[in-house]
Amino acid sequence: MTINRRDFLRGAASGSAAVAACATLAPSRAEARGNLPIPENAVGLLYDSTLCIGCKACMSACKEANDLPLEDNVGEGLWDTPLELSGKTYTVIKIYQHGTMEHKDKAENGFAHIKRQCLHCADPSCVSACPVSAMTKDGPLGIVEYNKDACIGCRYCVAACPFGVPQFQYDTPFPEIAKCQLCKHRLDDGKIPACAEVCPTGATLFGSYAALDEEITRRKAMTPGEAALFPRRTVDSGDVHEKAAPEYIDDVYGDTEVGGTQVRYLSGVPFDKFGLPTDLPERSFASKSETLQHSLYGGLAAPVVVLAGLVAAAWRGSKNHHDDE
Amino acid sequence: MSEVILPSEVAKRQHHHHKPAAIGGGLISPMTVVLGALVAVAFFFLGQRFIYGLGAVTNVNNGYPWGIWVVWDVVIATGFACGGYAMALVTYILNKGEYHPLVRPALTASLFGYSLGGASVLIDLGRYWNFWHILWPGYAHVDSVMFEVAACISLYIIVLWIEFSPAFLEHLGLKDAKRKLSKVMFFFIGLGVLLPSMHQSSLGSLLVVMGAQVHPLWQTMLLPLLFLLTAACMGFAVVILEATLAAVGFGRDLDHELPMLSKIGKIIAGVLTVYLVLRLGDIVVRGQLGAIFTSGFKSVMFLIEMALFAAPIVLMAKAANRKRLSKLFAAAGSMLTGAVLYRIDAFLVAYDTGPGWNYFPSVPEMMVTIGIIALEVLAYIVFVKKFPILPGQPHQPSNGR
Ligand code: SF4
Ligand code: SF4
Ligand code: SF4
Repeated sequence: MTINRRDFLRGAASGSAAVAACATLAPSRAEARGNLPIPENAVGLLYDSTLCIGCKACMSACKEANDLPLEDNVGEGLWDTPLELSGKTYTVIKIYQHGTMEHKDKAENGFAHIKRQCLHCADPSCVSACPVSAMTKDGPLGIVEYNKDACIGCRYCVAACPFGVPQFQYDTPFPEIAKCQLCKHRLDDGKIPACAEVCPTGATLFGSYAALDEEITRRKAMTPGEAALFPRRTVDSGDVHEKAAPEYIDDVYGDTEVGGTQVRYLSGVPFDKFGLPTDLPERSFASKSETLQHSLYGGLAAPVVVLAGLVAAAWRGSKNHHDDE
Repeated sequence: MSEVILPSEVAKRQHHHHKPAAIGGGLISPMTVVLGALVAVAFFFLGQRFIYGLGAVTNVNNGYPWGIWVVWDVVIATGFACGGYAMALVTYILNKGEYHPLVRPALTASLFGYSLGGASVLIDLGRYWNFWHILWPGYAHVDSVMFEVAACISLYIIVLWIEFSPAFLEHLGLKDAKRKLSKVMFFFIGLGVLLPSMHQSSLGSLLVVMGAQVHPLWQTMLLPLLFLLTAACMGFAVVILEATLAAVGFGRDLDHELPMLSKIGKIIAGVLTVYLVLRLGDIVVRGQLGAIFTSGFKSVMFLIEMALFAAPIVLMAKAANRKRLSKLFAAAGSMLTGAVLYRIDAFLVAYDTGPGWNYFPSVPEMMVTIGIIALEVLAYIVFVKKFPILPGQPHQPSNGR
């Protein structure tokens, strides 16, 4: 008996490869999953880089609100000095510097701040990736929450997040994922996120997604250089300060990136200068991955059909040659 | 035993060469002692890992959260363990009974590859005590690709043990149980082909959600198909490798297996051709052709992969080469190296989460992986010596070369 390529390919096609091939090449429309929308009652933050003075009050407030330890990365033993998000740090203010650093919020010979933290994506990669539902976005506020009691520590969320947010703790035998959860414990108590609470300039502002939307529109309509009012803590706190309107770049970070995020950034400096990924498509990676999975395994239909074929073939085959004679 | 062989018995005898037999012999040899020592070293570092955390032993970090304990121990190791899958595919599903003698050795390697691959996941899980959540209703998240991988691998390990159990039952003299089991075995054989098809492709799908962090030469919706095709090829290549190594290591002669091996060589070339056409075609369709030459180190790695995949096709195109064990071995080796590189590239080289991060495994990290491989080889040696796994030899004992 010989096996020629045609035989083999025919057999293989009727068997395993078919599952993957058919479904991958022609995902059924019914199963395709689009981006998840921003939840109706979503809340979020607006971080306006042009208002940020780099005081890092948000960083220390965040540590306090979330019982996070200090970390010393410069070896002086004096201050909490996180340089990046880490297993001990949910948010960090970073700085972009160029040339003489004379001009705030300018790319040329300037500098600008950026606040790194979880962006609370509309369709989060981390939630899609997590095999044990430890990352969830189920609540009405759309907060991406982490449950350490469910987590198995596989770090798929760390690998999947396009913004490099979730941080695993490599230095302990009982590690957790460290990630901003929008201070949901404070929200439950009727308070606002700690970072927004303490921000002296309103650079970090808390509000509903819709209210922040309006605020973004208002700021972008300002005439650069003219005096304007900026609220602190929340959009409607009434606590405002006056300042010359900055010159914003067109992009609002988080408006479209992987389907939008509930934490958004305004800036005078292009976002790639901060090391943020700026080539992200509008279609979420989570929706791509889940569409693929649904097409292949939706309702287990394809696997069951293939299994039936395989079992029938195996039955035919095993009649001819039992394990023993 | 009998000196006179009736013509009617010749066929029976020939059939008997193929009947699996235990090799026998002692277990202590320089080889097994070295393997044992490597396993001990691995256990030492594992102790540290569980006392101090992953960072004490490995170089994985938040830019490269998955190191060789995932990419080698699971993604690549289960690919190597696809021998059982590949042989079951041709033997039972495509109904090519001639390959039957190769099934059991292949299955044995798969058994250890997968069992250890599954177990080594626990080493890498930060919160390993929760591992059962992944299959537990209420926790399990079915949309997660990793759930699919975990579920299918767990099930497959069980199926492998069932498929393998006739060898035990035979050893234990439980003929009756064996007969009963063999009546329903076709079902498990079917499952044993379906499950690897699912999770080997899903190992590729794992990367889809990582999106733009994976370089366009590797990131594609065809990942599951490309991973599946290479996994099947890895299975076939491993069968050739295994047969060659068993021939050298245990001094067995391969005359009876060579014709099958040469056909397997042909299959590898066929599947690889399909793979290359799909992979390159997809790159063209996605308009990434230029990236092949303009991506620096990644381009180099990509081109090396291509060369390693193309070599077996060229080698196996000549009928004469397919009859020579050395050429078959070379083709299988090239294929395996290519597939290993493909996986390392896709998961580590092509993965870029932003500036400032890098990863190369630490020595202790590598020692653990080496220890796991050593444990696998050790278990294989013990098993083929004690259980009827390898095809019996026509002139026993022939291992006194
Ligand atoms: S920014 Fe990252 S961690 Fe936060 S919700 Fe989005 S994917 Fe998840
Ligand atoms: S590390 Fe934890 S939270 Fe992250 S994907 Fe794995 S189980 Fe989910
Ligand atoms: S919302 Fe809370 S947890 Fe998140 S960065 Fe602000 S203070 Fe930290």
